[in-house]
Amino acid sequence: MRVLLVGSGKTVYFLAKRFESKNIHVTIVTSDQAEAFRFARDLKARVLVGDGTAPIMLRDGEASRADAMLALLPRDEDNLVTCQIAQRMFGVAHVVALVNDPGNIDLFHRLGIKATFSATDLLARLIEERTSLAEVMYLLPLAGGKAHVTEVLLPGDAPAVGRSVRDLSTPAGALIACVIRGEDVLVPSGATSLQAGDRLILISQPEDYGTFLRLLLGKHA
Amino acid sequence: MAARYVVVVGCGRLGSIIASTLSQQGDSVVVIDRNGSAFANLGAEFSGFTIAGDAAELAVLREAKIERADVVLAAADRDNLNLFVAQAAKELFGVRQVAARVFDPTREPIFEELDIATISPTMLGAEAFLTLLSEE
Repeated sequence: MRVLLVGSGKTVYFLAKRFESKNIHVTIVTSDQAEAFRFARDLKARVLVGDGTAPIMLRDGEASRADAMLALLPRDEDNLVTCQIAQRMFGVAHVVALVNDPGNIDLFHRLGIKATFSATDLLARLIEERTSLAEVMYLLPLAGGKAHVTEVLLPGDAPAVGRSVRDLSTPAGALIACVIRGEDVLVPSGATSLQAGDRLILISQPEDYGTFLRLLLGKHA
Repeated sequence: MAARYVVVVGCGRLGSIIASTLSQQGDSVVVIDRNGSAFANLGAEFSGFTIAGDAAELAVLREAKIERADVVLAAADRDNLNLFVAQAAKELFGVRQVAARVFDPTREPIFEELDIATISPTMLGAEAFLTLLSEE
């Protein structure tokens, strides 16, 4: 497996280290000459100095042999164009773009860059989830956000306590996938009765999430 | 010709000439540049609007009401910014006429596939020189 990293800084360094530890061949293109020397000294990676957004640099970095390319530059427009060039001119199967402005994610997707990540978005979501609802923990999005998995703690006075799963008017786009009760993990049936202190793992679509949460938690939602 | 609504990105030497000329011809022109002092390049005949901001931020493009534009010209000094703006204008905001300045001719082919007109000062310059030589 071969990976091409375009960018500079600690993220590139530690990613390269991690890939190398898994025996993945790494090539780095950085515009920073001094850093390139350090990379070359401290990593096994092949390191090139130049503008990683230029087709000629991607060619020298053997993009056409790469299984994946990650564009980690500070400007979104550079990451977009680098990914497009890698995809269209060199046929790289997996391109991943860092998107600094979360507002640009949709544009990237529409322009064919399906794998994006935004540190801003991730951090903001973490903070919001942790601070707004102590009873609710956001675990992960599925299918690009079309559904997500959350963990919910049922306090003693939650409306769902003492009711069985079948008696809840659960919305069509939501379900309780799992009940964690003390040390036990139960896959609930219709007859399972919910108790105070249960942790519920929910899978729901965004449009049904609010309704479902209020149904379970009442004022805690 | 009816007045058009034109958004010009980049107010360096090229952008400022285009913006000033179109404005003088009666088009409604908005110019965007990251560097507010670049607007000093605009001629006295320019009567449009200026926005100081990074055109790679969609919020800035929206502020320029890009979705209403008849024409978007990406004339900033960085190829990738121009290509970003041109693609956003076309794909996201449905602007019909979009052109981008691209210095690096090797970047052009893929954007022709995407139906974005690119203008390459490098190629134009080279052709002008070669034409001059062949006339000798």
